[in-house]
Amino acid sequence: MNIITRRNALALGASAAALAATGAQAQILTQAGAATAPRLPIESGATLRMLRPVKFVQPDEDVFRAAAARFSQQTGVQVRIDFVGWEDINQQTAVTANTGAGPDLIIGFGDAPHIYAEKLIELTDVAEYLGRKYGGWMNVAQKYGKKHGTNNWIGLPFGGTAGPLVWRKSAVNAVGYQAPPSDLPGFLEMCKKLKAAGKPSGFALGNAVGDGNGFANWLVWSHGGSLLDEEGKVAINSPQTLNSLNYLKELYPTFIPGTIAWGDISNNRAYAANECWVTSNGVSLYFGLKNDPATAAIAADTEHSEMPHGLAGGWPSAPLTLNAMVFKHSRYPNAAKAFLQFMLEAEQYEPWLNANLGYWAHPLNAYKASAVWTSDPKVAIFRDSMNNKFWNGYKGPISEASGQANAEYVMVQMCAAVASGQSTPQEAAREAERRARRIFRR
Amino acid sequence: MSATTAPAWVRQRRDPSWIVRLFDWKPFLVFACLFPAVGLLTVFLTYPLGLGIWLAFTDTTIGRAGVWVGLENFEYLLEDRMWWNAVFYSVFYTGIATFGKFALGLWLALLLNNHLPFKSLLRAIILLPWIVPTVLSAIAFWWIYDPQFSIISYVAIKAGITSQNIDFINTPWSARFSLIAANIWRGIPFVAISLLAGLQTISPSLYEAALLDGSTAWQRFRYITFPMLLPILAIVMTFSIIFTFTDFQLVYAITRGGPVNSTHLLATLAFQRGISGGQLGEGAAIAVSMIPFLVLATLFSYFALARRKWQQGEGND
Repeated sequence: MNIITRRNALALGASAAALAATGAQAQILTQAGAATAPRLPIESGATLRMLRPVKFVQPDEDVFRAAAARFSQQTGVQVRIDFVGWEDINQQTAVTANTGAGPDLIIGFGDAPHIYAEKLIELTDVAEYLGRKYGGWMNVAQKYGKKHGTNNWIGLPFGGTAGPLVWRKSAVNAVGYQAPPSDLPGFLEMCKKLKAAGKPSGFALGNAVGDGNGFANWLVWSHGGSLLDEEGKVAINSPQTLNSLNYLKELYPTFIPGTIAWGDISNNRAYAANECWVTSNGVSLYFGLKNDPATAAIAADTEHSEMPHGLAGGWPSAPLTLNAMVFKHSRYPNAAKAFLQFMLEAEQYEPWLNANLGYWAHPLNAYKASAVWTSDPKVAIFRDSMNNKFWNGYKGPISEASGQANAEYVMVQMCAAVASGQSTPQEAAREAERRARRIFRR
Repeated sequence: MSATTAPAWVRQRRDPSWIVRLFDWKPFLVFACLFPAVGLLTVFLTYPLGLGIWLAFTDTTIGRAGVWVGLENFEYLLEDRMWWNAVFYSVFYTGIATFGKFALGLWLALLLNNHLPFKSLLRAIILLPWIVPTVLSAIAFWWIYDPQFSIISYVAIKAGITSQNIDFINTPWSARFSLIAANIWRGIPFVAISLLAGLQTISPSLYEAALLDGSTAWQRFRYITFPMLLPILAIVMTFSIIFTFTDFQLVYAITRGGPVNSTHLLATLAFQRGISGGQLGEGAAIAVSMIPFLVLATLFSYFALARRKWQQGEGND
């Protein structure tokens, strides 16, 4: 959901290393249930090659590699892991799937296994075993893991991260609230008061893949609207969407000027400069502030909470999800499955989760006991990221097209057109419908 | 008997070996000499261009080979408001930016053509905006135009000219002109240096003769400098139009086509649809739709300007 800058990530390295060191010695806190592992006779002479996105923090890579080395020790299967830039992983997955060559397995982003479903082997046995052992898969993990409308697992989610409301306690308290109201009219009222107090809120409405889509999705979902219906038909031009756009017309004037030009990093900068007092972002913003002595005071004054639910009946946010898949072209499918299963077992997964400081949240219920979620009370909210009931392309099936709608900012631009006064809500919803029809025509 | 007759000496024409004959055979020679050049052009120019054009008629996506869909992509573009916006802004951007670059570039060239102290140093400095990688200058402008942290806004507020941040890229028209300003800044050196080279080829004797005839500075510019400069002007303008029309980096780094798609150029829209959105076919169709505009622009600057040169009585070699 959120782009974390490399610089922030680097700054985090030191503190993450410390936590990882203590985390490794600490005992595993996860309660494992009883379950028998599927029989996966590892092919003789097996070796594996995998791709995964680059780390946020150095210990992510270190702990991951160490766990893979343990797998090699125990099974004799050499695992080569390549860390790929975030912008490249989708393209590399596409090439791997279509040429039938290259890595045996890839940890990509949420929708990839659904796009290449027929090129992948099923992981149902591993997924069901892990689910039984670790308290069940969480909502988003089930959505991204299973093939649409079936119980067949084609992906194994490794973690997710959501973008909650990030707010300055002092500013919110100063206009008379203990915490931001969780209903939509109350939230609008608070934003008006903040604006009047000269401490405005701000949410990205520019072409920002993470923050822009996150805000636009929240706005529409919290009013009961959605891009697609359950069958995958375009359903954006609805009364609910119009309600959300009318709400935005009142909400937008309370923002700091300029948010229509905001990219993914803009809200972080404005927030760190005391210009924006309420926004929505991943955990990177908080860690960035906390680790810089110049802004540590802002971090101390920062709180996280869920975005107002509105009519959504839950936190309307689609976490960015890591999703592992094994390709049919792999000569060692059992070794690949055994490796993924090994990495998701508590002995490997929990130290890795802790090493990530909260950047990634677990997909299996039992891991909520991990030390990372009590390491900093302000990070605790990310613990339940994967319990959301929303995903990109909600309420339809996850597909190539839902990823495209996200990448082409269909929802964001609908919102921005209304906020800027370029279009009426009706026009904007019709335009979004036209574009979505084109994208979802197949 | 004739057997005793010494055989008439005939110059034995040694039968040339097959390889010599092969190389003497003109069609082969032509083929052999052209092959490396044609091969390179085919691999590195014709193939990508042909592939791009072919893709435009398919529904290929990243990672999935497409099927032939004929003109479907183009039919969709014709009814796509975003494409028409991009066409409008590409033409507008190219038009205004080229005019700005040439007006300021010519002026700069004329200034630099005078005898100034540190002339070479000045000329080197002038070239800087052109030398700096576009992405770097784009990032610099991204900061300059930032809604919250613009240095221009900061100075203006400190100087008491305005009380709030200047809106550079938050509304469509200001964003369009901000990008054009950045493009002009970047393009001036190329025009100025090229025209300066042209200016220095003009023989001083022409100016001396004109001075003797009592011409004014404006007359010298209008009747000597300008006509003599036209041939190089035509070439430089052709290049400049092509560079500007196909610009990508400035727009992508500063606005990504926002606010609400108002600053998409055809190149950025093609990237957005083809690479970010994954619709290679549609992206290729947008890129192909640039070709007619580029051909037209090239023909215009070539013929229109070359014709005027001919009318001025210059030799048209």
